[in-house]
Amino acid sequence: MTALAALIRRDIKIALRVGGGALIGVLFFLTVVVLMPFAVGPDLALLTRLGPAILWLGALLASLLTLDRLFMADHDDGSLDLIVMGRVPLELACAAKALAHWLAAGLPLIIATPVLGLLLNLDAVSTSAVALTLLAGTPALTFTGMIGAALAVTLHRGGLLLAVLVLPLSIPVLIFGVAASQAAISGLSFGAPFSILCALSLVSFVIGPFAAAASLRHGLD
Amino acid sequence: MRLLGRGVRCVRGGREVFCDLDFEACSGEVLAVTGPNGSGKTSLLRMIAGLLTMAGGSIGLEGGETELTLPEQAHYLGHRDALKPALSVMENLSFWRDFLGGEAFDARQSLAAVGLDHAAQLPAAYLSAGQRRRLSLARLLAARRPVWLLDEPTSALDAAGQTMFAALMGDHLSRGGLIIAATHAPLGLATRELRIGGAA
Repeated sequence: MTALAALIRRDIKIALRVGGGALIGVLFFLTVVVLMPFAVGPDLALLTRLGPAILWLGALLASLLTLDRLFMADHDDGSLDLIVMGRVPLELACAAKALAHWLAAGLPLIIATPVLGLLLNLDAVSTSAVALTLLAGTPALTFTGMIGAALAVTLHRGGLLLAVLVLPLSIPVLIFGVAASQAAISGLSFGAPFSILCALSLVSFVIGPFAAAASLRHGLD
Repeated sequence: MRLLGRGVRCVRGGREVFCDLDFEACSGEVLAVTGPNGSGKTSLLRMIAGLLTMAGGSIGLEGGETELTLPEQAHYLGHRDALKPALSVMENLSFWRDFLGGEAFDARQSLAAVGLDHAAQLPAAYLSAGQRRRLSLARLLAARRPVWLLDEPTSALDAAGQTMFAALMGDHLSRGGLIIAATHAPLGLATRELRIGGAA
């Protein structure tokens, strides 16, 4: 446990320091959401209707932005070799890295959501519904994205490839995330889509670390 | 403890680098792997560390801890030094000590042993190449492993650094460790030599 805690602490520390990815993700999220009203126009009713979708897309793109650093940075400086050799199972090390990435880059997005909800004319209930679905859904984005990040390391300089690999995998999360938010806003049943969203996250907790570790093991050279 | 390689074959990018390589190293010994550039010295070390798959042959450790695999009992010191520029010298070293686990030692003493204790709070981004190498060497001391796999360990070290490193290796050997080092320069210790790619 000490080893995993040390890995999580280190990754969060790096992400929060100058040059780390945590703040960049939030700023990107802010920029995407602020740009939307300019593109859609000053129609408040339309913004309210699109609000959850815009917030979800912004969070998806923002989490993708910093995801390629997940393994690439460790690969480039040789840390990944030592992590693979270590006594900690690689699957657990991958899960710890993804958890650290979510804490440093995903959680700030959820904290920023209430502020951005104001810009999209969402009321308190809608904003908290979106924040809740993001809380349940963004871990799935990180843990499935981790598979893409591991493949990108394997394929050398695959940073751009990451977006192409990961975005299709995030479609189910996006569908049920937005559906659950819309359901809460329009008074439909919130439970069903939200449960599926939670299920997607739980499945990704299991599959993500194993797939990423397998990809890293086969790709090292 | 004895590290044994039999009939090891290495293929990189479809080209055979070496084949039928036999080697062994016992406790208290240094095996120096020499050979021209591109002869597969780094590949051999990475195979022993389990970071590269062998095209044939076997590598095993006799008399180590039975619960652990060979890579789990080895330190690998490669060209890339596994340091994070955003973290301080001390943070880098403590992280590796905690992550690698096993019998751990005081990070400050390890830093002192490689002559970096004055720079403990400095971000690793400001270290020179020689200081980065010294910090990597401190990692070998902070978490104990019986097998050291060293790839050009003395590169970027000054004369004092090389003497210091020879003493550290001597300590490690006297505790029953074994060292396999790919090197061009003499290590300053009595060594057994494994020459690969002899044609050049």
